[in-house]
Amino acid sequence: MSFRSQISKLSMGAVALATLSLLTPSAQAAAPESNDPIKIALFDWTSVNLNAKILGGILEKLGYTVEYPTADYLSSLTTGLTNGDLDVGLEFWDTTAGEAMKASDATGQTERLGKLGPKAKEEWWFPEYMKEKCPGLPNWEALKDPKCAEAFSTAETAPKGRYLGGPVTWEGFDDERVEALKLPFTVIHAGTDAAMFAELDSAYQRKAPIMLWIYSPHWAPAKYKGEWVQFPEYTPKCYNDPKWGVNPDAKYDCGKPHGEIWKYSWSGMKDKWPVAYKVAKAYTIDTDELNKMSGEIDLGGKTPEDVAAAWIAAHEADWKAWAQ
Amino acid sequence: MTVTAGASEARARPVQIWLIVWASALAGVLVVFLLQDSLPWAVNYPASAIVPVADWVGALMGWIKSNLSWLTRSITAVLGVPLDFALNLLAKNFKIGHGADAYVLPRLSWVGVCAAAFLAGHAAGGRNLGMLVGGCFLYIALFGQWTSAMLTLALISIAVPFCIITGLFAGIWAWRKPWAERLIVSPALDLMQTIPTFAYLIPMLLLFGNSPVSAMIATAIFATPPMVRATMLGLSRVPSEIDDFSEMAGCTARQKLWRVLLPSARPTLMVGVNQVIMLALNMVIIASMIGAGGLGYDVLLALRALKVGEAMEAGLAIVALAIALDRLSQAIAHKQAKGHVHRENSPSFWRRYPNLTLAIAILVVTTLLGLFVPAFAAVPKAITFTTAPLWKAAVSWITINFFDTIEAFRVALILNVLNPLRAFCEGFPWLGAVFLLGLAGYQLSGLRLAALVAALTAFCAVTGLWEKTMATVYLCGISAFIACMIGIPIGLMASRSDRFEKIVTPIIDTLQVLPSFCFIIPVVMLFRVGDVTAMIATVAFAVVPAIRYTNHGIRQVPPALIEAAKVSGCTPRQTFFRVQLPLALPEIMLGVNQTILMALAMIIICAMVGTRDLGQEVFIALSKADSGRGIVAGLAIAFIGIVADRLFNAWTAKARARLG
Repeated sequence: MSFRSQISKLSMGAVALATLSLLTPSAQAAAPESNDPIKIALFDWTSVNLNAKILGGILEKLGYTVEYPTADYLSSLTTGLTNGDLDVGLEFWDTTAGEAMKASDATGQTERLGKLGPKAKEEWWFPEYMKEKCPGLPNWEALKDPKCAEAFSTAETAPKGRYLGGPVTWEGFDDERVEALKLPFTVIHAGTDAAMFAELDSAYQRKAPIMLWIYSPHWAPAKYKGEWVQFPEYTPKCYNDPKWGVNPDAKYDCGKPHGEIWKYSWSGMKDKWPVAYKVAKAYTIDTDELNKMSGEIDLGGKTPEDVAAAWIAAHEADWKAWAQ
Repeated sequence: MTVTAGASEARARPVQIWLIVWASALAGVLVVFLLQDSLPWAVNYPASAIVPVADWVGALMGWIKSNLSWLTRSITAVLGVPLDFALNLLAKNFKIGHGADAYVLPRLSWVGVCAAAFLAGHAAGGRNLGMLVGGCFLYIALFGQWTSAMLTLALISIAVPFCIITGLFAGIWAWRKPWAERLIVSPALDLMQTIPTFAYLIPMLLLFGNSPVSAMIATAIFATPPMVRATMLGLSRVPSEIDDFSEMAGCTARQKLWRVLLPSARPTLMVGVNQVIMLALNMVIIASMIGAGGLGYDVLLALRALKVGEAMEAGLAIVALAIALDRLSQAIAHKQAKGHVHRENSPSFWRRYPNLTLAIAILVVTTLLGLFVPAFAAVPKAITFTTAPLWKAAVSWITINFFDTIEAFRVALILNVLNPLRAFCEGFPWLGAVFLLGLAGYQLSGLRLAALVAALTAFCAVTGLWEKTMATVYLCGISAFIACMIGIPIGLMASRSDRFEKIVTPIIDTLQVLPSFCFIIPVVMLFRVGDVTAMIATVAFAVVPAIRYTNHGIRQVPPALIEAAKVSGCTPRQTFFRVQLPLALPEIMLGVNQTILMALAMIIICAMVGTRDLGQEVFIALSKADSGRGIVAGLAIAFIGIVADRLFNAWTAKARARLG
């Protein structure tokens, strides 16, 4: 271990070492307890990267060194975050990462830092123009009507409707839901959400029928006009107890769970950077504000760094209080 | 007369015997298929008998992680030193000190790097090459991809020498010790080239951490094999006269290797170097998923936000980088192959290396200028431009105007061709496949190949992946078939017209290095998620070797033979079909073989548009951080490739022997 830290010191380069001794001693002042970089994970969607840049920006203002390694969403919970390769991950959704978070909690090497603030919502979604063809929507029972299902069909699923679900790795239970609610729909799994939204974009431009899985906070519900299907409200019982709900013989006869979005950290962070840990733990953000800022980046073409800097400037009192 | 008759009879008899053998074998498999109610275990591998290889691998990984991570982490730290230096030098700036009052040493100025690229091209291949290489870098800067491109370049510039040195030593070792080549190096190379990188991302993350170093090691695993192969090939091709001469001149073994043999093998070695660079660039997207960042990450991020144009631009920046490095390395190889130019024995460094000195001077000056003039430090936003809206508009236009036609085509294809084929493949009895492939191996080569093929096929079944394996075979098979149907005619046309070749070459170069992600998402917009999209993306990637090898094969036919054919009165048609095509056949077959392997390499990418095969299995393993499951699925993919490769090679060898 000592070997490793020696090498990492070396890695700053010979020049760095030479000049370091000449530099101001203020670098070792109170706020940064350690000069090792705090690594905040970047994933591959906008809001999480924006959150990372905001938290990172705050920590930098407090004197910390921050790095932003790119990482894979689900596997980071049981790899990078367990050993300090990543110190903070800012968005783990109950709705897609439930199992992975359980696995991560079980390792004992990560810590749930609490809720980020915005609520995750995920559900079947359709564009507004589909209401003409299927007037009963957004009530889910309208989907049971064969005519309505056919309106959502394509040649290979007809007469059943086509529902474009998320990647199989997301915990969606849509095949089970279709079965339990006896919906005349075929579930097609998109391999990535990029592919899913590509289909939506294409269908929306042509005003073509589409029913798919959309989640929020995300830019899609802001960009495309449409609604979520209203399924029977989710309760944990629905997923565990067949007797619950409209179908007494099947689980999953309800909508998808709404959920929290969690922040995670490496368990060693608390001792290594107590103040940064406190800030990360206290960090929350408002849903509308996050949606608005994500839109500025995705639709308005601003960079995450600029948007993050604006937030940090506007909320200086807040984050100064977190660091106390 | 009687002799020839006897010979042809003798040749005819085994063919007939094989015909009977194959007929009865197929009948046997059909019987098994029809009797699947009473013999279900022969069709679908029984779940109770699945060998939990994945669990074993997972356990092994766990053990390595807890007991050897001090070693792997030290490796990370050591490799991290040069990598961090390169990243800071090219992209990130050096930070000395910490926090807000850190002192920043700037990275190299973009103006300087472009100028240095020009000078490097100029030195290696004259003014045209200089313009091309410098132009590629300028393109990257003007399209606003500079920082990301330099991150990628930094990773490559450390990974490539690392691969070259490792590959060189592995190659020398294998060349010296034939047993090592047969037992260790050769199988290892096959696996490294066929196991998809995604399959070992999780072990990489566990062992080497979420850092650019893991990305570099993953890149190295994928990119080193051509160097090893080139070293072995180059050394074995050195004429024995040179070898003997060095003995006579009294070289020690070490001197002989380093001073005589390796320099003589240089042209072949440089081909290996070129391949290493290209493959390393192929890896940038995947590397970005485990901490590398750079252009690959930009592509991923843009596609998640459905910014097709931005993704395309980042992708084209990768292409520009690839073109620059490819042409540069090829020119250097070419120059060295011509032999050493006698250099002036001038004492001053400046006289001896004018280009190098000039490049360093420009870099230093522009970088220092960057301290005062921000336009030198970072590409000013005002001079960058973007074509992103154009790409987006083009895709939208096609979507709106042609979707219905495309949809009709897609539905017809999927209902009439793809779905039946898929059902056939997935329902194929595993025992039958093991038996038939083993039989083919026996007929083509002998017992050893039969045993190998049967064992590898059985592995896919006993690990419980049979259905997914066959789904993979189906998608790869049809894609490779279509790729050959398109690629071979294009290759033939290119071989017959220089102008056509000039048009085709840049297109296939682009197809090869442009990350498939860039075009897979626009294809989804037109063809929806599913097998058709996957097939199109696979064909676009796998068609490259079919074109390239066919073109190369025909062009390689010695002109003397064509001349001879003309003299003996062949029509152009006859010359083509009777002389050129048969002579080029081995090369074309090699192209087909490569096409199959390329199609297999795309399986993972295809899983991103919702295919249900081994690629999906690897993806599930990745998101669950299940290293065992990922590696087993990766091995199954590799084994499909190895089985296809071996059978195909045996068949080509046999055909070649028959042709004489």
